[in-house]
Amino acid sequence: MIAELGLAALWLAAALAALQLVAGFLAVRQNAPVGEGELALLVRPAAVVQGVLCAFAFAMLIWLFARTDLSVKLVAMNSHSMKPLVFKIAGAWGNHEGSMLLWVTVMSAAGALIALIERRLPERTMQATLAAQGFVALGFYAFLLFSSNPFERLPVPALEGNGLNPLLQDIGLAFHPPTLYLGYVGLSVAFSFAVGALLTRSVTPDFARAMRPWVLGAWIFLTVGITAGSYWAYYELGWGGWWFWDPVENASLMPWLAATALLHSASVLAARDALRAWTIMLGVVAFSMSMVGTFLVRSGILTSVHAFAVDPERGAFILILLAIYIGGALAVFGLRASTISEGERFALVSREGALVVNNVLLSAILGVVLLGTLYPLLTEAMGVRVSVGPPYFDPASAIFALPMLLVMAAGPLLRWRRDRLQRVGSPLLLAGLVALAGLVVASAWASPGLLPLLGLALGAGLAVASLLPLRGRNLRRLPLATLGMVVAHFGIAVALIGMASDSAFSEERLAALKVGDTAAVGPWKVTLQAVSPVAGPNWNALEGVMAASYAGGEPVLLTPQARTFWAPPQETTESALDTRWNGQLYAVLGKAADGERWQVRLWWKPFVTLIWFGGLLIALGGVLALLGRVAGDLKRRAIRRKGAARRAEVAA
Amino acid sequence: MKRLIVLFLALVTLCVTLPVTAQDTMPPAPYAYRQLDDPALEARAQGLMETLRCLKCQSQSIADSDAPMAGDMRHQVRTRIAAGEDPEHIRQWMMDRYGDYVSYAPQVSRTTWPLFAGPLILLAIAALLMWRRFGRRG
Repeated sequence: MIAELGLAALWLAAALAALQLVAGFLAVRQNAPVGEGELALLVRPAAVVQGVLCAFAFAMLIWLFARTDLSVKLVAMNSHSMKPLVFKIAGAWGNHEGSMLLWVTVMSAAGALIALIERRLPERTMQATLAAQGFVALGFYAFLLFSSNPFERLPVPALEGNGLNPLLQDIGLAFHPPTLYLGYVGLSVAFSFAVGALLTRSVTPDFARAMRPWVLGAWIFLTVGITAGSYWAYYELGWGGWWFWDPVENASLMPWLAATALLHSASVLAARDALRAWTIMLGVVAFSMSMVGTFLVRSGILTSVHAFAVDPERGAFILILLAIYIGGALAVFGLRASTISEGERFALVSREGALVVNNVLLSAILGVVLLGTLYPLLTEAMGVRVSVGPPYFDPASAIFALPMLLVMAAGPLLRWRRDRLQRVGSPLLLAGLVALAGLVVASAWASPGLLPLLGLALGAGLAVASLLPLRGRNLRRLPLATLGMVVAHFGIAVALIGMASDSAFSEERLAALKVGDTAAVGPWKVTLQAVSPVAGPNWNALEGVMAASYAGGEPVLLTPQARTFWAPPQETTESALDTRWNGQLYAVLGKAADGERWQVRLWWKPFVTLIWFGGLLIALGGVLALLGRVAGDLKRRAIRRKGAARRAEVAA
Repeated sequence: MKRLIVLFLALVTLCVTLPVTAQDTMPPAPYAYRQLDDPALEARAQGLMETLRCLKCQSQSIADSDAPMAGDMRHQVRTRIAAGEDPEHIRQWMMDRYGDYVSYAPQVSRTTWPLFAGPLILLAIAALLMWRRFGRRG
């Protein structure tokens, strides 16, 4: 019964999406004020109810997983009665159907939210926006209902479920996909806003101001999701790597790059009424990247192009949706772009100029990542398999990233419209000197490669430069949004230093240790004290007890495990970490080398934690900016309400 | 009762996993999990291993995989580096043996040139955009 309720809610939600599309479209088309009212009145409620129904369907799925209802195919395929409850619930979105339901749930919830609270734009633009949102949702409902129904029953209930991939049975990963999806699908709002503004020819600063908090929100979730995913890969996969330019990682990076560019160009549009067409374009591109990412991850094309060709139903479905939405949006853009005037002009040396450079370079990085991710799929389809990995992505993206970081140091110091470089020369000189000092110190310490060295120097300079906009300002009266920018830019510098420091200074030690033996890595001495079996709820493990002492100090105990899950049978390594202010010790217990020795892998990674700390700072900057924008908007609404009340009083 | 179930499941999985582990009982090649004594040579080997694909895994280099085959390939890389071979020479040997797919560093060829032309074209487009926006008015 629960499954049927969920399915019914899903169908109803799809019907409401259709209503939202038709009503919104008709309301926008009829320019006559007569009769418009009734249809147009339906649009917002339809969006809200659709969101509620979809959330209900998702809640039903979670309930099914929590109870381990083995008569439902999805539960039987992906869950197991012996799993801890939190992983039963997380299992609801740890599979294809469930994650697509999560996707449409987030999407319809975002639609419901804009229908509920967004009142700044002309009502016609809002209707067009909601119609576009309904249109996109409709396609994904169709995908869900026709090719990936999460509520399908089994003819005969299964006796026991297949279990969830043990790698995914980790609390970090349980909440990673929802975070990332909030970001991915949150960008659908930017897409719908862009389409709505194009259709009603109202690409204005107001449009940018209305869109900005939504993009900002999605971008925060994307940032947190990517940061968390990277940390998960780091500690769970057991080899100390944190980013591998894997297609799945790239799939989350691409929307982030586009959203970052969009945020900055929306700021220009909001403040200066410039970059109109470019902002619209980025709004379309950002969500397109989300859909491309979904296609890559969900179609199975990454495992093998051939597997995809053999069973192309789902992949082809998403591909068609992609073609309709991206193609449609670009067609509208092509038809309407000429009617959008360019907007205000400005000089190269100005805040806008710096933001344009940032936008173009971010888009170029996006292009490189997209090319490097899709090209191997293309050649594989033609029968040639090539691998594109760090040796390609690192330099190719650095070509664009390094100048972008340089511009990022100067940009926030510049004035809008027109400025002189001499005016900001002396503070920038300071940042340059710090960068130079970083260069000297780093190359004296070790002999890292060119890119890590540049990264360290730029990171140091950028950390100083990002704080410069605070110079000479009263910190207590600083707008929150400005503070957010400073924090986010500082976070970029911090993350950059972490990345460069990890590749420059990491030390690795592989050793086969008897119990009682000691291995050294960097300043650490690690002694294997014991290896003993332990048991968890659905796994057995061998646990190594290691005493690690930093530079001869008091030893700390580390307990890495080699786990064996039984449903499904799979082995994982649980690394053990010791975090100090200046880095992390990373220990892994491997297999038995011979009768009495154990394979042990150790890394000393100086300042590696700065990568994720920086990532969180970037997200925090986003949160501050979002709070600032929302508070500003609330204040403006309150003032307008008071003004209206007073006018009413005066009139009476 | 619960304990019985656990015991039963443990027995079942033992049967399931035994064949899997049976393949792994061959001891790994000597240098699969052992570093070279000379840190400079080990660093060169590490650099190469990070850019070779583990053919049995999904998107992992041989430097971060527990697959037996990755271990064998690490052994190959380390012993060859220790014998004084050039890393790029070893990469070529791997590519001759396993195909271009094994190397994460694509090389310019008839099939891969767009990968390298792409960033250059992007660079040109970026320059053109900047010039159109700012260049004409000096």
